[in-house]
Amino acid sequence: MSDPAPTPAIHDMGGLSRFRCSAVERDEAPPDAFGKRVDALRQILAQKGLMTVDELRRGIEAIPEPEYFALTYYERWLTSITGLMLEKGVVTPEDLA
Amino acid sequence: MSAPARAESLARLERLVAALRAKGLVSEEELAAMQARTDRASPEIGARMVARAWLDPTWRALLLQDGAAAAERMGVSMAGAPPLGVLENRPGLHHLVVCTLCSCYPRAVLGYPPGWYKSFEYRSRAVRDPRGVLAEWGTTLPAGTKVRVVDSTADYRWMVLPMRPEGTEGWSEDQLAALVTRDALVGVALPQVPARAAA
Repeated sequence: MSDPAPTPAIHDMGGLSRFRCSAVERDEAPPDAFGKRVDALRQILAQKGLMTVDELRRGIEAIPEPEYFALTYYERWLTSITGLMLEKGVVTPEDLA
Repeated sequence: MSAPARAESLARLERLVAALRAKGLVSEEELAAMQARTDRASPEIGARMVARAWLDPTWRALLLQDGAAAAERMGVSMAGAPPLGVLENRPGLHHLVVCTLCSCYPRAVLGYPPGWYKSFEYRSRAVRDPRGVLAEWGTTLPAGTKVRVVDSTADYRWMVLPMRPEGTEGWSEDQLAALVTRDALVGVALPQVPARAAA
């Protein structure tokens, strides 16, 4: 079974046939310490006007497909947040070395 | 279950936090306070909003008209949060909420989204095979019920106002709220009256 039209971008998952036959894994676990810390960091940076949700999404949606699938949820967030902070010059590559 | 973050990612996060801390942009105290605030939001808030709507028509009208205003009325801070829409289930119409693009969720009134809500399977299948997804939760709708799937977005969040189950006449707000699970607020389940409690 193939999709009637090419999938525009990997995050646009509605109706994707790739997962058509996979049950939803009932993962009920709350975020781990890493996830909660990334989550809190994002909210603080947003509160301080250093990034927006839309920017977070752009950063996530720009992750190439193999990496998108390899990273965990909050690892994708961290990738996006780090990219945004570098892009805006809030931190430099040297700061993160 | 979702895999734990790699050691490399933990280190990456700490390097970023250290750099932001060095510039005075973030402190450990702020991080701890924000995490504590986020941890406090839970589906009990949404459940309370629903139970009240089952009892009070004026509240119900407010909830359906402006979910964020209703949440504020419950003491929830919606500052910076996107609008909250509330989807009214009724005989013949059921709602299911998904975020196909990522994980948009009414966090202020439901807490962190569960792992499955963020899963590739839920995001792709909820819009294509909603009844199949419901079946995985053991949820079967009465024959002839239409399912409306609503895509939550970064700019607008949704929760479901389920129908009040039969056999709950005369129940208090607390008793009713206890029936409303997170899954019922997302639409994958229906509120169930425990067999023991039913008349």
